[in-house]
Amino acid sequence: MDSFLPAVAAADAAPLASEQLRELYSLMAAVRYLDTSAVAWQRQGIIPGYAPELGQEAAQVGSAYAFDTAHDFAFPTYREMGVARTMGVDMVAYMSTHKATWHGGMYDPLASRLAPIQAVVAGSVLHAVGWAHGQTLSGEPGVALSYFGDGASSQGDVHEAMNFAAVMKAPVVFFIQNNGWAISVPTERQVAGGSVAARAAGYGIPGIQVDGNDVVAVYEATRDAFAHCRAGNGPVVVEAMTYRRGPHSTADDPGRYRSLDDERIDAGKDPLERLRERLLAVGAADDAFFAAAHQAARIEEEAIRTGIEALGPRPGTEMFDFVFQETTPALENQATRWREESEHV
Amino acid sequence: MSESTTATLETATRNEATTKTQSTRLSMQQALNRALDEILSADPRTVVFGEDCGQLGGVFRITDGLQAKHGESRVFDTPLAESGILGMSVGLAMAGFHPIPEVQFDGFAYPAINQIVCQIARMNYRSRGKLPMPITLRVPSFGGIRAPEHHGESLEALFAHVPGLKVVSPSDPHDAYHLLKYAASRPDPVIFMEPKSRYWQKGDVDTSDGGTLTGARIVRPGRHLTLVAWGAMVARCMQVAELAAEDGIDVEVLDLRWLKPIDAQALATSVGKTRRAVVVHEAPLTSGLGAEVAQLITQSCFDTLKAPVERVTGFDVPYPSGDLEDEYIPNIDRILLGIQRVLEYRRG
Repeated sequence: MDSFLPAVAAADAAPLASEQLRELYSLMAAVRYLDTSAVAWQRQGIIPGYAPELGQEAAQVGSAYAFDTAHDFAFPTYREMGVARTMGVDMVAYMSTHKATWHGGMYDPLASRLAPIQAVVAGSVLHAVGWAHGQTLSGEPGVALSYFGDGASSQGDVHEAMNFAAVMKAPVVFFIQNNGWAISVPTERQVAGGSVAARAAGYGIPGIQVDGNDVVAVYEATRDAFAHCRAGNGPVVVEAMTYRRGPHSTADDPGRYRSLDDERIDAGKDPLERLRERLLAVGAADDAFFAAAHQAARIEEEAIRTGIEALGPRPGTEMFDFVFQETTPALENQATRWREESEHV
Repeated sequence: MSESTTATLETATRNEATTKTQSTRLSMQQALNRALDEILSADPRTVVFGEDCGQLGGVFRITDGLQAKHGESRVFDTPLAESGILGMSVGLAMAGFHPIPEVQFDGFAYPAINQIVCQIARMNYRSRGKLPMPITLRVPSFGGIRAPEHHGESLEALFAHVPGLKVVSPSDPHDAYHLLKYAASRPDPVIFMEPKSRYWQKGDVDTSDGGTLTGARIVRPGRHLTLVAWGAMVARCMQVAELAAEDGIDVEVLDLRWLKPIDAQALATSVGKTRRAVVVHEAPLTSGLGAEVAQLITQSCFDTLKAPVERVTGFDVPYPSGDLEDEYIPNIDRILLGIQRVLEYRRG
């Protein structure tokens, strides 16, 4: 099949082998299990809050599967657990943000090739452009993978980022997970025209909407986008149409803005179930494989939960230690006073 | 030896040095341009960019000739979008570059405030020190040039309030040259506030020796009262000091230079000696940096102060049109009156 990007050679677009399809399923199963478990952790008081990505496993795993950790860099918001897992990030360090250990997560962003977790959802889109332009300036082959959603697409920084990237031909894949909802506001009241990808035309760059619940379609679109960027053709917009099956966060109550019937109809078919059927149809997996994948997901979740439960609070000195590379006398004085006063209570 | 004493000696040394050799007569615009040229030559990871910074050389010509000399990949124009300029700086810093972006005028830092406050200021913290932000943000600042709205504002208190930012403002070409080179060599983000009304005044620049580049600097030693100022107000305070001298009032002028971190020791030493202080700034009065300066002085000098610290500042109004800006910016008379209030203060 031809790519939506004419510059992408057929050789770059080989279909996934059975082994890769099975790997995608294993990843999605691990992400699904960790995601639903994290909601339970919150209910059990293990973590104070979580932003589930239930239903977005294909969009997250499929896109991150196209990522090259040797060269590329990904820029998440706060709902990219499946991306982090697919990239091989230390998941205790990643989930620590939800334990309220450290805002950006405890993972090393440089070693992980994943920017710190970001709550200003369009803020990191411009960082991706700057990082990508740096690749151009250095003559390096890296591509920035920028994650954001339909809600973030309303922010001006997304326009500035797409325009800058197009003007500078920066190697950025703008990957939108359009999950239908920005907390309580549906896409039709968020995205004029109904498509973020359609905006690409205005910037003179390629854009495509893909079925975000089809992991293979997501992977192929992202892979082609990477190839297009890496060949020096500038940025690409990929909009994965998916559905946020869960609440915005563990503090949210979707019953106030959508009914269970709406959810059942709008969510469509479960992306894991779709991949399972595909694997069975092509004879790439059997029941034993699925059982093993789910068992592995349970074991992995248990290890991550154990790690999260073992995380104590960071030393209070770290409040002061990381403000600057070179601290100031005023900050040192405050740290000293904090230490003295906290020891006296 | 205290920083302030060092600063006093340094002033004397600098004045001597300028009569010898080493020094060049430059405007602040030329000094900044030379500093950027040398930074670009010395550090291949430095990139200079912003609106009209490339071909045009900047609306104030601070980047004049730099693109031609260092190439379009080192010095470049961006689209007209401040958030984009600063957001891009974050990504470049994450990739190991040392960005020196320009926001064309003070008031246009507001459209970039999310990227400055939520991103540049916090990335080192958020990443636990793994992603330093060695960004020097140049902002032509303050008023005095009869410019349109948003072209004459003083944002130092806003920036100084943000954890993770450092703020500096030079008052003369020598400091402009050295402080810019120093700021660009540091691993933390620095807001570099250039007093645009002083761009064209010339001064002696000793390129070989910048002296101490941290902390405040005594520009004029005196015994009776300390005038604390920064940016364009330093030159005005020097004029005030000369006039006051005619009346036998010996005014010390302290150029704060660093607005974060503030040199509390220099304030303590100077006002500990003079026992009276007036702080002068263009920014509005309420919650201005003058309040911080007054508190630091009160903390260190309460027992010996002869009067409350006086503030002579702009007003709590939007920066006015050019026709009214001389009414707004502290002028010589208002500063002299502030000095008079302090000198005439009687307890009880």
